[in-house]
Amino acid sequence: MARVVVDVMLKPEILDPQGQAVANALPRLGVTDVSSVRIGRRIEIDFTGEPDLDRAREIADKLLANPVIEDFEIRVESASAEVA
Amino acid sequence: MRIGVVTFPGSLDDGDAARAARIAGAEAVRLWHGDPDLHGVDAVVLPGGFSYGDYLRCGAIARFAPVMESIIDAARGGLPVLGICNGFQVLCEAHLLPGALTRNQHLHFRNRDQWLKVEATNTAWTNDFTPGQEILIPVKNGEGCFVADTRTLDALEAEGRVIARYIKGNPNGSQRDIAGITNEAGNVVGIMPHPEHAVEALTGPSLDGLGFFTSVLRALAGASVDSQLAGGQQ
Repeated sequence: MARVVVDVMLKPEILDPQGQAVANALPRLGVTDVSSVRIGRRIEIDFTGEPDLDRAREIADKLLANPVIEDFEIRVESASAEVA
Repeated sequence: MRIGVVTFPGSLDDGDAARAARIAGAEAVRLWHGDPDLHGVDAVVLPGGFSYGDYLRCGAIARFAPVMESIIDAARGGLPVLGICNGFQVLCEAHLLPGALTRNQHLHFRNRDQWLKVEATNTAWTNDFTPGQEILIPVKNGEGCFVADTRTLDALEAEGRVIARYIKGNPNGSQRDIAGITNEAGNVVGIMPHPEHAVEALTGPSLDGLGFFTSVLRALAGASVDSQLAGGQQ
């Protein structure tokens, strides 16, 4: 499978109220040693042929992430990772 | 004057926006997201709602609709465009306006009548107000928190491009209480609250929203006088 994974995260300076809400809920689970939670999005793109990182970067830049508020990272997913 | 109102899959307030345009004295023309033809309209409203289900990010997919390609070109050429709520999000995603609208800081959907102070009145959509005028129109959003980097916010303020600010309570955590902004040319305006819901005493908290629609008619009438090539009908 020619899969490219795109991870989209809010830029560090952008407030993440969802992450804060999760962090605030952790003490109810008895977890008290977490200082911060931030929530992002993982997107899996399956190409029909070889994984095309340049094309994936274009897709991420134009559509998957909003560069005003978000950063993204892309990588080709290895077959072994997929099995795992 | 013909005001186009776009319907995307998931638009909710297109009917009210068209109605507001008619009450202001314009002819409302319904535009379809899949049709790049703007049918010769003199101005465009991008309405509120949840275009394409708000999937990915609000407005992110609508921005690539065939009708948007035409609107983006026309807006760069001076066509007056008003984005309300989801329409504001679409304009930011299309980079016609700076910044972005993110999840409300308190995470709650906020639905209430909201006081605003109008600031910039030199735009196509706000010239019928007076600077400092306080207006009451409904706000209803879950992702209306306006954010931009400090440099962009400072530039918006320095260039007088904040068209309205929340007063008597910020409903979503927007930076510097910004409720609406305009582009450099003043033809593109985005606003999070809903002027189209405040055009009749029966259904709205005031008639204050009508000013946005009468403003664009005034701007277009002025343009018609200025230019013999104006295509609008009086």
